[in-house]
Amino acid sequence: MGVLLRLVLCLALLIFAAFIQAPPTRAQQAAEDPVAAIAAASGFDELARAIDRLAVSGHPQALAIVEALRAGTLGQRAADRALLWRDAEGRFRDAATGEVVEGVSPRDVRPIRVNNRVRRSLDAALGALQLASPDPRVRLSAAERVFRARDPEAIPVLEAQIARETDPRIRRAMEWARAAALLASDRDVAAKVEAVATIRTRYDLDARGLLASLRDEPPEVMEAASAAIRAIDRHLALVHAAQDVVFGLSLGSVLLLAAIGLAITFGVMGVINMAHGEMVMLGAYTTFVVQDWIRDNAPHLFDHSLFIALPLAFVVAALAGVLIERTIIRFLYGRPLETLLATFGLSLMLQQAVRVIFGPNNREVGNPSWMSGSIELFELMLTRNRVAIIVFGFAVFFALLLVIRRTRLGLEMRAVTQNRRMAGSMGIRVPWIDSLTFALGSGVAGLAGVALSQIDNVSPNLGQGYIIDSFMVVVFGGVGNLWGTLVAAYTLGIVNKLLEPFAGAVLGKIAVLVLLVLFIQVKPRGLFPLKGRAVEA
Amino acid sequence: MLRALIGDRAVVMVAALVLAGAIGVAFANQSLPPTHELHASVFAVGLIGKYLCFALLALAIDLVWGYAGILSLGHGVFWGLGGYAMGMHLMRLIGPRGVYGHPVLPDFMVFLNWTELPWYWRGFDQAWFALLMVVLVPSVLAFVFGWLAFRSRVTGVYLSIITQALTYATMLAFFRNDMGFGGNNGLTDFRELFGFSLRDDGTRVGLMLASAVAVVLGLILCRLIVASRFGKVLIAVRDAESRVRFLGYRPEAYKLAALVVSAALAGIAGALYVPQVGIINPSEFAPTFSIEAVIWVAVGGRGTLAGAVLGAVLVNALKSWFTTAMPDLWLFALGGLFILVTLLMPKGVLGLVSALPTAFSRRGVIAERPA
Amino acid sequence: MTTLSRRSLLAGTAGAIAATTLAAPYVRAQAAPIRIGVLHSLSGTMAISETTLRDVMLMLVEEQNKKGGVLGRRIEPVVVDPASNWPLFAERARELISVHRVSAVFGCWTSVSRKSVLPVFEELNNILFYPVQYEGEESSRNIFYTGAAPNQQAIPAVDYLMNEEKVQRWALLGTDYVYPRTTNRILDAYLKSKGVAAEDIFVNYTPFGHSDWQSIVAQVKRFGSAGKKTAVVSTINGDANVPFYKELANQGIKATDIPVVAFSVGEEELAGIDTGPLVGHLAAWNYFMSVDTPENKAFIDTWHKFIRNPRRPTNDPMEAHYIGFNMWVQAVQKAGTPDPDPVIDAMIGVAVPNLTGSIAAMMPNHHITKPVLIGEIQADGQFNVVWQTKGTVVGDEWSDYLEGSKDLIADWRPPMRCGNFNVRTGRCGGQS
Repeated sequence: MGVLLRLVLCLALLIFAAFIQAPPTRAQQAAEDPVAAIAAASGFDELARAIDRLAVSGHPQALAIVEALRAGTLGQRAADRALLWRDAEGRFRDAATGEVVEGVSPRDVRPIRVNNRVRRSLDAALGALQLASPDPRVRLSAAERVFRARDPEAIPVLEAQIARETDPRIRRAMEWARAAALLASDRDVAAKVEAVATIRTRYDLDARGLLASLRDEPPEVMEAASAAIRAIDRHLALVHAAQDVVFGLSLGSVLLLAAIGLAITFGVMGVINMAHGEMVMLGAYTTFVVQDWIRDNAPHLFDHSLFIALPLAFVVAALAGVLIERTIIRFLYGRPLETLLATFGLSLMLQQAVRVIFGPNNREVGNPSWMSGSIELFELMLTRNRVAIIVFGFAVFFALLLVIRRTRLGLEMRAVTQNRRMAGSMGIRVPWIDSLTFALGSGVAGLAGVALSQIDNVSPNLGQGYIIDSFMVVVFGGVGNLWGTLVAAYTLGIVNKLLEPFAGAVLGKIAVLVLLVLFIQVKPRGLFPLKGRAVEA
Repeated sequence: MLRALIGDRAVVMVAALVLAGAIGVAFANQSLPPTHELHASVFAVGLIGKYLCFALLALAIDLVWGYAGILSLGHGVFWGLGGYAMGMHLMRLIGPRGVYGHPVLPDFMVFLNWTELPWYWRGFDQAWFALLMVVLVPSVLAFVFGWLAFRSRVTGVYLSIITQALTYATMLAFFRNDMGFGGNNGLTDFRELFGFSLRDDGTRVGLMLASAVAVVLGLILCRLIVASRFGKVLIAVRDAESRVRFLGYRPEAYKLAALVVSAALAGIAGALYVPQVGIINPSEFAPTFSIEAVIWVAVGGRGTLAGAVLGAVLVNALKSWFTTAMPDLWLFALGGLFILVTLLMPKGVLGLVSALPTAFSRRGVIAERPA
Repeated sequence: MTTLSRRSLLAGTAGAIAATTLAAPYVRAQAAPIRIGVLHSLSGTMAISETTLRDVMLMLVEEQNKKGGVLGRRIEPVVVDPASNWPLFAERARELISVHRVSAVFGCWTSVSRKSVLPVFEELNNILFYPVQYEGEESSRNIFYTGAAPNQQAIPAVDYLMNEEKVQRWALLGTDYVYPRTTNRILDAYLKSKGVAAEDIFVNYTPFGHSDWQSIVAQVKRFGSAGKKTAVVSTINGDANVPFYKELANQGIKATDIPVVAFSVGEEELAGIDTGPLVGHLAAWNYFMSVDTPENKAFIDTWHKFIRNPRRPTNDPMEAHYIGFNMWVQAVQKAGTPDPDPVIDAMIGVAVPNLTGSIAAMMPNHHITKPVLIGEIQADGQFNVVWQTKGTVVGDEWSDYLEGSKDLIADWRPPMRCGNFNVRTGRCGGQS
């Protein structure tokens, strides 16, 4: 041994000490302080665990940090790894204290990225932290989040909140959350069986999923769960059948909107407008232009963008319609097949024009917030954009009906349709009415474009996708009959959606087309044929 | 009969032009050295072969549209079915030379785990059977469809729209991989036909010549039909169907016969097309393709057999040139052509030509103006 | 001819190219340019995807010419438009090769377009660089596949979901064409080999451009309520994606509940959607625009300058063309001639850097090595890479999970020189 060894030992100790000097403090700090743990986390798993700890730590800034992480505004300063988040005014705040930190350049702060694993932890944390929120809506969504998180550690908080909660709906949600957490805990059998019974009362897919996920539980619990699943399935079978009909209604509305302008130009005027789809496309692109302008100039108006786009789309498409009628169609009255060819050429040109102006790519048209998400009605899930389209479809239909039945323009339109010459000799300006009618049909197609921009691609091919369906609807319903168009659109929509679960989307569509072709052979004039002299015109 | 044939000088001239042109190109390709300035490349041979197939399709459309007043916007269905029948034969001829080396099954079936040949693929290894099917399948479909439609007096616009639906539904069906026709990829990688390698220049020239002969035969057949008593009734049906019916004829029978002949011609055209372009895929059933084909007829001159052939070649040659030189402008040109032709030249190019007093004799070549 | 008109459409760049190429010391004025073909649809349904690839090719050529071209000769791109029409692809390919005398062609997007031109390239013995991920099951002497084979995209993505997200139930949604069909068949076999039960796999096909996703999304939701972690593997094509993702968002399917991993959705597709509700859904590619490497930064900068729009995204097939073009340049230099035959032989073994910090090498089966990246969609329309393979993965042309192809291999080096050699029978099949 001797001196040398002692020296070596000493040296080793020194090096060792120097080595462990720095890390222990940071590790210790992280162990105690969840905010430090987030700052120190490397990798998504560690970050998620740190968030889990933060949620139950009672840290005063926990909610602010979780929300900042969710919004992607939490970052780390490169120099000292300090956590900072950016508030609504763009100032940086210290995550640990919530105080504003001056003199931070956004370039020095690297945002903290999250993945799905972290997002799940964030959701759970947000739920736990917001259970006591004064806002009842926030409490409700917090309870839903805790339900999904199934964290046994949330049980005491939940129980405390349930005792305090006055709103019966929220209390029920909290009880479900508690039951879900209970099932994940190691409580006794009786408590779990009761929890199963509580969850069963949700009667939805989430409850079913949760119950079906139970494994290795005592037989009593498993039995209760499978009974509950059967009950839920029976209930859901009915709901799903109704849901399919709702889907059909929604598809029907899309068809109605796409076809209703055609019901005017083709049905009333007898003009086969193959460029009808392109009128729809013009409406959709108008919506895009409006939204684009709003994004750059008046972002607060975004939720109203569709209401601004509607009249504009109508005007744009109607003007295009007048132009087409004056320059092409009026020379071809009485020659429907030639109109078909000319307007097909026109549709190619319009598509290419849009492709040249706006590019071949899809353009982004956003859903306003009131059209995003879904609402529940009698347990049916209705997505808001579809509901809006169903309502809008009816609104357009009845507005159009009103115009045709109750206005002077409508009267003259009907007169011209039935007997051009007689109408002319009664002093109606026939060419003028022709133009107006065509403009009306085109304008309505433009309106449809605004609606379809919410559910489909806004691309130069938009119109093509609807043209055959639109013609089918009009022909099926009976040319010249608006009510027929309505019935036809909804019938086709619902039949399609009822067939789809069995036959698949492709075969369903083929089946509908073939049925239609056969139907036309049986009833060449559609469901509601017009009677009288107008027929042979 | 001969008199009927030469009664339409435009037909005679176009038929002669087609034959002479095809033989000329064949000669220029086979006998002139590649360095010769009049040498026709295989590429040019392929182009002309394609135009001729389109011409035959246009002729088929003109027979029903120009002479029977049936505007079919779904002739792509007959064309495509003929093409598929030929494609299936070509697929079967690949035999064990497919990439998987399966003795019977085409490649796309092997890698989609089909274990045996579906029943409707049987027999297609025989040339006579395939050729029969090229004619039979489109004709039978036309017969069934026409019988249903004409019997219940679906006419005019309605008929046009359901023909669109027919071709659209067929396209969707053929896109399905479960149908066993190769789905979107269709049928490709053909090797040989009647023992001739499809990668051989001589075969290409042969196919082009065959297309030219088919066009000429088609012209003769259509001219004979049109000039016959049957054709006269057909034209009468086009112009005033009700009157013909009141006179005691059965218009539906005449229309049906015309549609079946037309479908068979379209099927043959499709069958000639497939080995020349080397692929058949459901996009041949695309509704817009059928409409485009109608435009060829309109451009050339509806109701004139020569016009249909001229129109198809003209529009497609234009298309080849435009899509190479100015791809962005092609759709404007095509669309504009549609509009101009319908508005300003209802009789098509041939109508313009015949308006020049010196070009044709006073007897004229244009049938009475269609209603 | 076409080249010139395309160029002039691309504004003043032409002048710039002319100036720089004239100034480049290596280019002798009398050396005839080497022509390459660009075969991408500029009109019709596929223009939406392929126009960008045409632009990226023009940019790559321009950059190469600035560096003095190749073999001291300028490269001249010949652009043609096959108009999304499959027979026209074959016709235009023939035109490029036999009329314009190009030395190689960069082009095609869909499998059907590749299948359509394949016989032409084999007959006229030319080279095609195919830049898009595809279903595999092919190896031609005349085609170099610079996009991903299924094992370079689909299988790693499924592995990721299985390991990281503990997914046990799989909904395979696809458009009804050959790429989704094959990929799903491979995945089906792969998942079953990993012990996934048949009832835990749900397969659904929809037509092109399908826009009404209500029923299918609802079905997926039901499928996901069986108490097992569920994921969607999407091979949905192009246009159908926007309505699909909108419906997902509206029916409230969040990435934290049922993640969707897509193989055909890239930065370009996301540019048409509000990605807010889609945050966390995944895509598997071999390149993401957000990858932070010097090569990628330079590429994006050049692209933005070239296209004169600082907001245009870059995507995976663009990187594939970048790799393919650089490989071709290297192979031409190695072979000392642009003639197809020597270049085809020189291609194997050529290695160039890709944009994500690793090396792409051309393998004997004419596929390349690629890293596999899994990215999560961010609110800004970009992907955040959450996982990637340790090294690069070799493209597997004949899948081991398909009955018909598991015995096949491709090796274009002598002495085998075969694209479908059957290791069981020891024979090269199907070559006439």
